[in-house]
Amino acid sequence: MSGAAKSRLLAQRTRGHGPEEGGLARRFLIGAAVLFLTVFLVLPLVNVFWQALAKGGRAYLAALAEPDTIAAAKLTLLVAAIAVPLNTVFGVAAAWAIAKFQFRGKAFLITLIDLPFAISPVVAGLIYLVLFGMQGYLGPWLDAHGIRIVFNVSGIVLATVFVTFPFVARELIPVMQATGTDQEQAALTLGASGWRTFWQVTLPSVKWGLLYGVILCNARAMGEFGAVSVLSGHIAGETDTLPLRVDKLYHEFNATSAFAVASLLAVIALLTLFVKTYLEWQQQRAFARAEQAGSAPADNELPTRDDWL
Amino acid sequence: MSIELRHVSKRFGSTAAVNDVSFTVQDGELVALLGPSGGGKTTVLRMIAGLERPTDGDLLVRGERVNDVPVQQRNIGFVFQSYALFKNMTVFKNIAFGLKVKQWKRRDIKARVTELLALFGLEGLENRYPHQLSGGQRQRVAIARALAPKPSVLLLDEPFGAVDAKIRQELREWLVRLHHDLNVTTLFVTHDQEEAMEVSNRIVIFSRGNLEQIGTPREVYESPVNEFVARFIGVMNVLECEVWGGTATLGELEFPAPGIPDGQRMRIGFRPYAVQISPDLAQYRHLATLRHTFFLVGVLRLELESESGLVIRARMTKEEYAQLGLADDCRVSFQIRNYRVLATESAALGPEQHVPYPEVPSIGENI
Repeated sequence: MSGAAKSRLLAQRTRGHGPEEGGLARRFLIGAAVLFLTVFLVLPLVNVFWQALAKGGRAYLAALAEPDTIAAAKLTLLVAAIAVPLNTVFGVAAAWAIAKFQFRGKAFLITLIDLPFAISPVVAGLIYLVLFGMQGYLGPWLDAHGIRIVFNVSGIVLATVFVTFPFVARELIPVMQATGTDQEQAALTLGASGWRTFWQVTLPSVKWGLLYGVILCNARAMGEFGAVSVLSGHIAGETDTLPLRVDKLYHEFNATSAFAVASLLAVIALLTLFVKTYLEWQQQRAFARAEQAGSAPADNELPTRDDWL
Repeated sequence: MSIELRHVSKRFGSTAAVNDVSFTVQDGELVALLGPSGGGKTTVLRMIAGLERPTDGDLLVRGERVNDVPVQQRNIGFVFQSYALFKNMTVFKNIAFGLKVKQWKRRDIKARVTELLALFGLEGLENRYPHQLSGGQRQRVAIARALAPKPSVLLLDEPFGAVDAKIRQELREWLVRLHHDLNVTTLFVTHDQEEAMEVSNRIVIFSRGNLEQIGTPREVYESPVNEFVARFIGVMNVLECEVWGGTATLGELEFPAPGIPDGQRMRIGFRPYAVQISPDLAQYRHLATLRHTFFLVGVLRLELESESGLVIRARMTKEEYAQLGLADDCRVSFQIRNYRVLATESAALGPEQHVPYPEVPSIGENI
């Protein structure tokens, strides 16, 4: 279960128990929050679609149908299709190791996983540039062997993997820690191999947390700008992802196209939020069902001796 | 299946969870591993299961060393304290899991699970998920799941810890009957001495990683090897006396201590049943006030306060209590029939001493 979902559940639980007399303060706070969200989130979002459609639906579709934009969309999907599965596998492995085993250096590993969150994406991009660029440490050697990372798709993938690296692991660690190892151990005592235990016991018990992490990871993989920008080289039709394309179009004073592409990203974001909310709702239903276990049916009479022979 | 532990130790880092433990469990026995929490009993159970590896010593099953046999190949049924049911599977699938792993035929799996559902009174619940079951039902599913692949030994970790008192009593009796009928070698861990006494053929008592005593419930109660066992199994009065002139004294109570130098301390222990009580103040040597009467099931526990303020626990049946006409706050006389000299906690106990009081006529003869 994600921390967010849990606290939301808690918030729902405690609703109605707060003091009623704080009516004025409550109205003020809610009003301030709504005003803030409207000005800083809703209006810009509406504006994206407004600007994109300012010159009519036809211009909007034409902007989306530009070959360079389509290439950028394809590249974005490709990068996500590589980065997300990689980080899913990595995230599950890391969360598994951290939640289920005791070992030296565990705290350090957790810190390392958080590193991409702590570091500016631009810096992350620069690190790779310094490592793999032609002026960098490994660049000339790689180039001699025909491998290009900087200003290439592989560099974009690398940067995206780095930036989206913590999402799945971060989401899964608390879930796996809460689940404990009893179910896995039970499977082992019943003769199941580690592999079977993973697929049939571990994975199903963390599926909501995993999906949640994957969704967030995917959203970030598609939306990443900073790190990708440093490594991409902005070659139109080749190394431009959707966010880079938006940036480029905007700087070319092609506002309609820029906002049209931006609206694509906005749709992805809205879709992500929708799926995320749905998953949280599913989780809560699972919790509610688990809660009912407390008021489970009373024990029936135990079988008598005659019954079980 | 016979299980043998030979000088088995388990250390986690620098702490010894189990310290040089040796014992043997015979085919078909029902054995309790008893001790306070942190005593090492669960670690012993987990080592037998293969969930932990002994740091030292050998673990033998039917005479063969199994230290290096992985948990999957040990053919044991393990019931976890939390039950550890697979949350995402129905009751049927939970019970069938071990059979699928062993690649039973679909038809055989269905037959075996149906048989177990009937045996455990779980008919009609096969499509429920664990969260839709009561505590007792969950536990029965856990035991059914562990027994499904026909293990040669059943291991249960605190099997009755998580259910309420009434159900616990039923489950205990049920486990005894189940063991009797299936005749599978069973070991269970408990911290509840009453439970261990009631359910098992033999009890292995642990304290701080050491095996203190192994024996039948009666043996460990009547002949505890040391003070820890004596105090852990049942109730024991313990008096801290001081020796003067060959007699150990505390308040008005005196115990012979021949040959022990003056000023030395001596600890005396006696069971509540060794205390004799009479409403006739002249009958026994010491006087006391009956402070409280605790109504346990079947017997009563009495708390006496002697003239000098010592609190002494005694017990008797309801019938005796009624016959003697006792009530709280009434004055009584008492004496201690048997006692033991206690040394340090883990040292061997001295033999039981019978107090050479003159035989007093019992109530019946007086009338």
